[in-house]
Amino acid sequence: MAIVVVKDKCRGCKLCIKACPFDAIIMEDKLAFITEKCTACGQCIEACPFEAIINTQEIKEVDLSDYKNIWVFAEQRKGKLMNVALELIGEGYRLAREISEDTKVCAVLVGQDIEHLVNECYAYGADQVYLIQDELLRNYTTDGYTKVITDAVKTYKPEIVVYGATHIGRDLAPRVAARLNTGLTADCTRLDVDINSYIKYAAENTTLDVSTLDPKDTSKGLKQTRPAFGGNLMATIICPRTRPQMSTVRPGVMQKKEYNPEACGELIEITPAIGEKDIRTEILEIVKSTKEIVSLTDAKIICSGGRGLGEACGFDLIKEFADKVGGVVGASRAAVDSGWIDHANQVGQTGTTVKPNIYFACGISGAIQHLAGMQTSDIIVAINKDPDAPIFEVADYGIVGDLYKVIPEIIGAWDQAEQLYDQSTK
Amino acid sequence: MGLRIIVCAKQVPDTNEIKINPKTGTLIREGVPSILNHDDANALEEALRIKDRYPDTHITVVTMGPPQAKDMLIECLAKGADEAVLASDRALGGSDTWATSNAIAAAIQKLGEYDIIFAGRQAIDGDTAQVGPQIAEKLGLPQVTYVQDFQLEEDLKTITVKRALEDGYEVIRLKTPCMLTTIKELNKPRYMHIAGIYQACAADIPTWNAADLNVDPDKEVGLDASPTNVFRSFTPLPKGKGQMIEGDCEKDIGQQLIIRLKSKHII
Repeated sequence: MAIVVVKDKCRGCKLCIKACPFDAIIMEDKLAFITEKCTACGQCIEACPFEAIINTQEIKEVDLSDYKNIWVFAEQRKGKLMNVALELIGEGYRLAREISEDTKVCAVLVGQDIEHLVNECYAYGADQVYLIQDELLRNYTTDGYTKVITDAVKTYKPEIVVYGATHIGRDLAPRVAARLNTGLTADCTRLDVDINSYIKYAAENTTLDVSTLDPKDTSKGLKQTRPAFGGNLMATIICPRTRPQMSTVRPGVMQKKEYNPEACGELIEITPAIGEKDIRTEILEIVKSTKEIVSLTDAKIICSGGRGLGEACGFDLIKEFADKVGGVVGASRAAVDSGWIDHANQVGQTGTTVKPNIYFACGISGAIQHLAGMQTSDIIVAINKDPDAPIFEVADYGIVGDLYKVIPEIIGAWDQAEQLYDQSTK
Repeated sequence: MGLRIIVCAKQVPDTNEIKINPKTGTLIREGVPSILNHDDANALEEALRIKDRYPDTHITVVTMGPPQAKDMLIECLAKGADEAVLASDRALGGSDTWATSNAIAAAIQKLGEYDIIFAGRQAIDGDTAQVGPQIAEKLGLPQVTYVQDFQLEEDLKTITVKRALEDGYEVIRLKTPCMLTTIKELNKPRYMHIAGIYQACAADIPTWNAADLNVDPDKEVGLDASPTNVFRSFTPLPKGKGQMIEGDCEKDIGQQLIIRLKSKHII
C-alpha cells in the first residue's frame, strides 16, 4: 500500500503516532504500523525523524496535453449570475496567465434566456463564453446540467473546471467528476498553478516546511488547498493523472476582477443534446425564503454571538449592535445548534466563510470550526468572560468581561469615535 | 415485501472536540470520541420513521472504515436498523471520494434490490459532500441533496422532498429508486433503546474486503486508484495574539476600543 513504514529504519519513537490526525498508526512489535484508518495525508512522513515512513505511490506520467483552458461554471439563478461565479472568473483569469500566455479563462453559462449574461462574463475577465441554452435547462436539475456539462467537457477538453461551492455547485460537481472519472476537490480556499506562488503562500500563511518544495518545478498541475478535518488541518490536493482537474471553491474567498464594460470575448454557442426523459426529477416549486437575507460574505462588519449569550434574546443586543455599526449578524455553531438563530447566520467550517474588515466575536469561545471560517478577517475583536477562551489567540483586540455590559458601552461610544480619539491624543 | 432502504453512514472523530496545542501547533487528539456522523444520524432517522409507519420496511446500514467502525454500526442497529455491513480492507485505505464511492456502490450492489438510499450530506472530518452524489452516479440513480423535508406517497414509489437552497428551498418530486442526502433540518434523531442495545451487541455484522466487493485495488479503490492525492498537508499559521483591552469600568473599555479602532483608521 501507499504509506508504509520501512521496518529497518523505524526506531519505535512514536512521533508519527502523535502526528497522525486520524489515529491510524499503532505500535506492533515495537515498530510503527499503519492501519486502514490511513487517509494518506502525509503528516507522519514529515514527523518521522528517521525517514522511516514513505509514500510508495508512483505518479505515472500520462499524456494530458490534449486538455487546455480553464472553465468556470458561471452559475446563474433566475437569469442573475451568482457572485461566486464572478469571483471564479477573476481567479481563473489569474491562473490562466500562470499556465501560459495562450491559456484562456472560459465562462460556461447554462440555462435559458440568459444571453444578457454573456457580456457580464466578458466584463469580469472571461476570454470566452460557452453558452448552453434549452428550455429544459431553465432551472437547475442534477440530471440536466450534469449531462450538458459532461458532454461539453468531452468535446472541448478543458484542463481545469471550477465551480462555486454553493448548494448547486456541490450537487453538480461530484456528479460530473464521477461521470468523467476524474478528481474533484471540495471547498477550496486557495488555488495555485505556479510553484513559486504556492511557496510564497505557504511560507507566509502556514507551518509547511517550504524547503521541501522545488522552486524550479515547472509542472503546471493545479494545487488545490482546502481546510480539512474541521479546519484543524489544511491539505493541498493534486490530480496528477486525470483531466480535467476540478474544484469547488468557497464563495467569498477569491477576488473579482475589476468590471470593464468595454471588454469583449469569443462566444461559443452549444446546442445541447437533451430530452425530457434525461431529467428524472421534477421541480414543483422554488420558494424564496421570506426571512431576512443575510449576506455575511459581502459584509464589511460582522457582529457574531455565541453560546456566551446564554439565551436566544441575547441576539436582540447583537442585532442592536450590528444596526449601530452598519454590520450583519453572525453566529457560532453552538448558538445555531441551540436554536437561538437561523443556520443562515452561521459562520465557520460548516457555515459561511467570512472576511470582513471588522469581526466582533461576542460570547464565542473560538472552537476550531468557527475559527476556520473567520480568522482571515482584517480585525477581530473578541469579548468573552473567560480569559482563557481560544478566541483570544486570534483576536487583534480582546476584552475580558460581561458582554451585556461591554457591548452597550461600545454602542454608546461608536458615534463619538472622532471626539474620543482627539481627546486621547491631547 | 416492504420497502428496502439503505443508509450510508460514517464513523468520524468528533472534530468539535479537537483542540490545537498553541505551543506546538499540533492537534491534541487524546480523548476525542468517535461518533456517528451528524448528517448520517439524520439519514438513519428518516429511514426509521418510514419503518415506524410501514413496519415491513427493511433498513440496511452500510459503511466503509476500519474494524472499529463496527461500534458505530452497533449504534445504528440499536436505534432500529435491521442489518449492517462493514466494508473494510487495508486495500481501501487512502481512497478519495471517487474511490470511496466505488467501494460503497459495490457494497450496495452486492446487497441486492433497494428502493431508497439515504446518506448524510457530508461527514464532519472531510466536509466534501461528494460521496453521496458519486455513489448515485455509479448506481445510475437520480439524486436530491440537502433534503430538509421528506414525504413518501401511498404508492411507496413517489417521493416529494424539499431541497434547501441558500435563500429558500425547492420542492422536488421523483420516483424510487433514488439517492437522497440529508441535513440536520430534516429531523431530530432518536436515541438508542435498551432492548435494542442488547440485540445489537449480539448481532452478526459481516465485514467485506475488496475481494468480497469485487473491486480492483489497482483501478477502482484505494490510494493508487484515486484520481486525487494529497500533495502536502499542514496546519494554518496561528495568528499572533493581539492586545487585551483593560480599563476601570465597561465604559472605559468601550471607549478604549473605539479609540484604538479609530487610531488604526479601521473606523
